[in-house]
Amino acid sequence: MTATQAARKQSLTSKASNYLDERTSISGAVSFLGRKIFPDHWSFMLGEVALYSFVAILISGTFLTFFFDPSMTHVPYEGSYVPLKGIGMSVAYHSALDISFDIRGGLLMRQVHHWSALLFVASIGLHMLRVFFTGAYRKPREINWVIGFLLFILAMAEGFTGYSLPDDLLSGNGLAIINGMVKGIPLIGTWISYFFFGGLFPGTAIVPRLYILHIMLLPAILIASLGLHMLLLIINKHTQFAGPGRTKGNVVGSPIMPVFAAKAGGFFFLVFGAIMLIASLVTINPIWNYGPYDPSPVSAGTQPDWYIGFADGALRLVPPGWEVELFGYTLTIAILAPMAVMGVFLVLVAFWPFIEAWITGDKREHHMADRPRNNPTRTAIGAAGIIFYAVMWAAASSDLMATHFSLNVFYVIHVLQALLILGPIIGFWLTKRIAIGLQKKDREMVLHGFESGRIVRKPGGEFIEVHQPVDEYERWRLTSFDAYEPTKERPNSAGRITAGTKIRGSLSRWFFEDRITPVTKSELEQSKHDH
Amino acid sequence: MAKRKNRGRRHPLASAALLILGLAAVGGGYTVVSEAADASAPAPAASQLTAEDGQRLYMANCATCHGVEAVGTKNGPTLIGVGAASVNFQVMTGRMPLAFQGPQADQRNPQFTQEQSDAMGEYIQTLGAGPDKPDEEWLDTSATGVDIANGAELFRINCAMCHNVAGAGGALTEGKFAPNLHDIDGAHIYEAMLTGPQNMPVFNDNNISPEEKRDVIAYLHYLDESPSVGGWDLGSLGPVSEGLFIWTLGLGSIVALTVWLTSRPN
Repeated sequence: MTATQAARKQSLTSKASNYLDERTSISGAVSFLGRKIFPDHWSFMLGEVALYSFVAILISGTFLTFFFDPSMTHVPYEGSYVPLKGIGMSVAYHSALDISFDIRGGLLMRQVHHWSALLFVASIGLHMLRVFFTGAYRKPREINWVIGFLLFILAMAEGFTGYSLPDDLLSGNGLAIINGMVKGIPLIGTWISYFFFGGLFPGTAIVPRLYILHIMLLPAILIASLGLHMLLLIINKHTQFAGPGRTKGNVVGSPIMPVFAAKAGGFFFLVFGAIMLIASLVTINPIWNYGPYDPSPVSAGTQPDWYIGFADGALRLVPPGWEVELFGYTLTIAILAPMAVMGVFLVLVAFWPFIEAWITGDKREHHMADRPRNNPTRTAIGAAGIIFYAVMWAAASSDLMATHFSLNVFYVIHVLQALLILGPIIGFWLTKRIAIGLQKKDREMVLHGFESGRIVRKPGGEFIEVHQPVDEYERWRLTSFDAYEPTKERPNSAGRITAGTKIRGSLSRWFFEDRITPVTKSELEQSKHDH
Repeated sequence: MAKRKNRGRRHPLASAALLILGLAAVGGGYTVVSEAADASAPAPAASQLTAEDGQRLYMANCATCHGVEAVGTKNGPTLIGVGAASVNFQVMTGRMPLAFQGPQADQRNPQFTQEQSDAMGEYIQTLGAGPDKPDEEWLDTSATGVDIANGAELFRINCAMCHNVAGAGGALTEGKFAPNLHDIDGAHIYEAMLTGPQNMPVFNDNNISPEEKRDVIAYLHYLDESPSVGGWDLGSLGPVSEGLFIWTLGLGSIVALTVWLTSRPN
């Protein structure tokens, strides 16, 4: 290649970019975005997993819309699955079966769609836990936490509407449970159910309605929220773990261009590949086993997809007979209580950043991710929350635990009922103790170094183990964290201590009474003189 | 030192080799002897065992719980009128004789031959007639007129609430359960419907006709014979096993990938 050719090529690309820039002024945005820094820690990639599985959902879902028909017209089955030949069913179920058996690649796409949906919600959950335990939702990122929570709810709504579309026995049973829950709401329940199903359950209106929600309204809201989520992520920048050279004013990691873009691009294909591999090897929701929806039969092992499991489990954990009759109206506490518990739980999750900020009274910006041990009470609350959720979740599979471990299903439920109350308490206490223990270990390491395993005999005959001091980098990592103190209950301008202040004070004491403070410079100097 | 060690000690694997040799000798010897014993045992007579033989077998193996003359005791119900179909199901699926008292009799290897079971069935029939073993006609799932789709629909309506739509089984109250229905002999499926063993309801011929019972058997055998079209079926247990899979193998492998991607060479 001669020099003139190279020059011409270069000028072609620069011409092209110049052409674009002159018309869109995009260069500013590109160079700004290109300098966005991503920290190098595996837990910061979980949100990306969610994003990439969402892409897989969009692609496979588009394919499915080409062939799925949500019509409720009743037709006899004429496809190639023998055990359903001639059975009457809705066009919706028929077309879902055709996608599975008679359209090339259809079953694979259905399985890609469903598996990536499960992965989508699972990775969102894990991503939320990472953000929670590192305190990455604190100012200025509270709004993004709320948007993320909204995305989590939207993902579940997408999952539930999708689950109900094939109009097979499983999806119909799911809708029947929702119908029962809605009808359990006093006064308005029956009317909401009528409105939702367009008359009596199940009717013929629900599947086309859910279809529109599933492929248009919910995805549109989801994509818009996702855009906002990413925009705020760029504006707020990433948090990072403490380390040498990492301050509140910078982010250490790889820039988008070119390192991170290459890594993320590769990671996208890895996630996509994993989904394809799972979808091609493992069955998900074999709708042909379930047959068309018919309100009378229910199959053993009828459960929702995992992310709605906690709601199913909450219903199963209610003791029998929770029902009262008032003035001739029946109040189904068995439905209202779990709904209230789940509602309170979800509201607490959604508003946690504001609750914590109120308790700590901390209005500073935070850009350093906490190590979970350095905020023992928050970590313990997180652990308690996980246990509470997990017990409800496990209860949804109480029947399968009974059959697979040869247990009495009633005992399984009773044990889970006890765990729902005791589990979070024990989990809270244990986690807090473990976190404080780890903090003490860190302090010990900084002040006295780590045990080197080298035993030295002194001239006097005494044996000592040599403690090696930790290096500066490690010391930085171990000592840079905030230790809060309980807020003081100060009287307000009228000279009174209000009830709110008192509650806040006691919550703050509960949070920060037991605390380990980071090693200070003078403590460090002192410890050096000890040796 | 090293030299003496080499000469004076046995090879480190010597004791393991000796152990394997010993086990092989004992196991092989046992197999030979037991096979010889089997060969010397009187071959089951080709001639039919009679109801009297059945009574003898009954007295030796069943009467402890079901009582002399099958009148029942506090440990077992009366067998008068249960019929040969019930005997064949309970004995030939290994549920009887009961291995241990529990919420429900477990399936295991049958303890009797078909002839012995038939003889006991004949004896039970003499005490009071009950449903007999099904005719071959109702077990022939390749006969004309067999409708798998009808069998599948009947199965979903009548059986799936306990046995699961794919016959994977399910939980019942107090530790009882509806068993998995994979690879079950057609006669046993028929007899189970006819006699309602354990906690199962009876589906008599007015309820589900013999033709329809045959359809149900044909559907279950279709499930056994057809490969799972979507890949590994995770036990056909529904969304729980799918959720377990995505959280363990699915998300687990993806987290492993994130750790790999962000690791730096030391």
